[in-house]
Amino acid sequence: MTKLFPCLAVLLTLACSMARAEFVVEVTKGQTEAIPIAVVPFAPPELTAASFDVAQLVSDDLARSGRFRTMDRKDMIDQPHSGANIGFDDWRRLNNDYMVVGTMKADGTDHYSITYELYNVLTKQRLLGFQISSNRPGLRSAGHQIADAVFEKILGIRGAFSTRIAYISVLGHLPDKTFQLIVADADGENPRVVMQSREPLMSPSWSPDGSSLAYVSFEQRLPTVYVQTLKTGDRRVISAHAGVNQAPAWSPDGKKLALVLSTRDGNLDVYVLDLASQVLTRITDDPGIDTEPQWSKDGQSIYFTSDRAGGPQIYKVGIKPGDKPRRLTFQGSYNARPRISPDESQLAFVTQENGDYRIATLDLRGRGDVQVLTKGHFDVSPSYAPNGAVLIYASRDKGRGVLALVSADGRVQQRLVSSEGELQEPAWAPF
Amino acid sequence: MKRILSIAVLIAGAALLAGCPKKHNVNDAPVAGTQVPDSSANAEGASTSTSPLDGDANSTARGLNGEGTGPLARKIIYFDFDKSEIKPEFADIVTAAAHTLSGNPRLKMKLEGNTDERGTREYNIGLGERRAQAVRRALMLQGVAESQVSTVSFGAERPAVEGDDEAAWAKNRRVELVYLP
Repeated sequence: MTKLFPCLAVLLTLACSMARAEFVVEVTKGQTEAIPIAVVPFAPPELTAASFDVAQLVSDDLARSGRFRTMDRKDMIDQPHSGANIGFDDWRRLNNDYMVVGTMKADGTDHYSITYELYNVLTKQRLLGFQISSNRPGLRSAGHQIADAVFEKILGIRGAFSTRIAYISVLGHLPDKTFQLIVADADGENPRVVMQSREPLMSPSWSPDGSSLAYVSFEQRLPTVYVQTLKTGDRRVISAHAGVNQAPAWSPDGKKLALVLSTRDGNLDVYVLDLASQVLTRITDDPGIDTEPQWSKDGQSIYFTSDRAGGPQIYKVGIKPGDKPRRLTFQGSYNARPRISPDESQLAFVTQENGDYRIATLDLRGRGDVQVLTKGHFDVSPSYAPNGAVLIYASRDKGRGVLALVSADGRVQQRLVSSEGELQEPAWAPF
Repeated sequence: MKRILSIAVLIAGAALLAGCPKKHNVNDAPVAGTQVPDSSANAEGASTSTSPLDGDANSTARGLNGEGTGPLARKIIYFDFDKSEIKPEFADIVTAAAHTLSGNPRLKMKLEGNTDERGTREYNIGLGERRAQAVRRALMLQGVAESQVSTVSFGAERPAVEGDDEAAWAKNRRVELVYLP
């Protein structure tokens, strides 16, 4: 069972510039039935100090998911590096259900060889065994891949530790603000500024292949929708009509963008732009505010926010001409910004409860139950991880904009505390 | 005749900007509803004009966008939460801008709609646009040509003041009237 991963470093060389906004993760609400697991150090401290502590990253990823309770190193009775050296009975007495053991060796300069194995401590059965080759900058990615594999093996859910997020960071204070569009690893590490402006940046949206971001920039003091290719930094104007150009959303096949444009008299409606032919099709036609489009999984319908019935509520409409929008939310006076889960079983949105804005979900398959997931005063902009297990959203902590995570069932909550900037509008990239 | 009138209006406006004592600053404009238009300042201001005007649209825009206290200079209209109706106390701002614009067809104005931070960002863009359009309609009803007025909505993205209480929110729910150079 040997699998060789290609050099991972290329992923990390795309940087425009580095941002210093690393996250401190605080688990604010954990799951009582978290699975106990021990990730034993792979290499002696001298080597990890000189390179990177891969096992610690694996342990941190698993702990941060809220699904696992990881063992502190100082509580470990010994540090086995392979299954043959594990005293299973002793580890079982320490209440570990699972163990990850492994080795990391330096093969010449800037090349590392990692082996790792996952064991069920109760059955002594080996569940995973892999080897990974990496250069120094790729070790972090290697760790995320190990965490992904362990997460999937034990829970049956694909791990999303190797994915990325985009978000807006606002630095400085009035009248001297800087807006940054940042792409970072899912754990907040490796933040890279991909766009910076003195005027607002809004609504980052990932292309389905993860190569590009659509976003709104006010750099001309007017809203313009751009699409930027991350690898090259090239970008092009997608929409710069008179009036509003907002809320870009990629179709699942990546060939179209849903957009919000306005008529001369300021009526906002949802449109679809075919990127190849540049044909623009109007999807909604109502005097109210129609905005925040999001495609259905099959690309045949669009979820959106509309205040056609008074306050904002969520609707769904087919993209075929003549289709009538159908209202989906009825509970409460303010329900907006729909985002569907990857399997479209759930719709996440922002709801108002007693003056507070919170993240809620609507069950799309069963009885249409609504569950409010968060308890903050100002929780907005939910975005599903590509595995659907977790949502990232923008929250407020002591008056400051932070990012936070909540599991799709609401049981696990975490806050990502950045060292600087007001963070807003997180968007989780596809796998 | 119309041209003469328009220049007269411009001079009166510019004079206001130049000559009025600074009672309050635009930046610390009070919470919506508490600011009462001071119509007596008009005549006083006009009599102390020292501002040169060459009738060129560029210099006119610069002059009109300066700071001041009269209806022409006070260029911000404040709104109630989730509302886009222009309240009576701001009618004079609209009227003054309408006079200036209809009297000087070369002059252009941008209406910048803004909301407070509450709610979702893109929906707030819609609310900001709705407010800007309310002012645009009011200007057109008073004779301003459609081509003279454009709108932009910044939603909650460009607050006038920072803070997450009603005092800050009230100052952020606004339309700014900006004469374009």
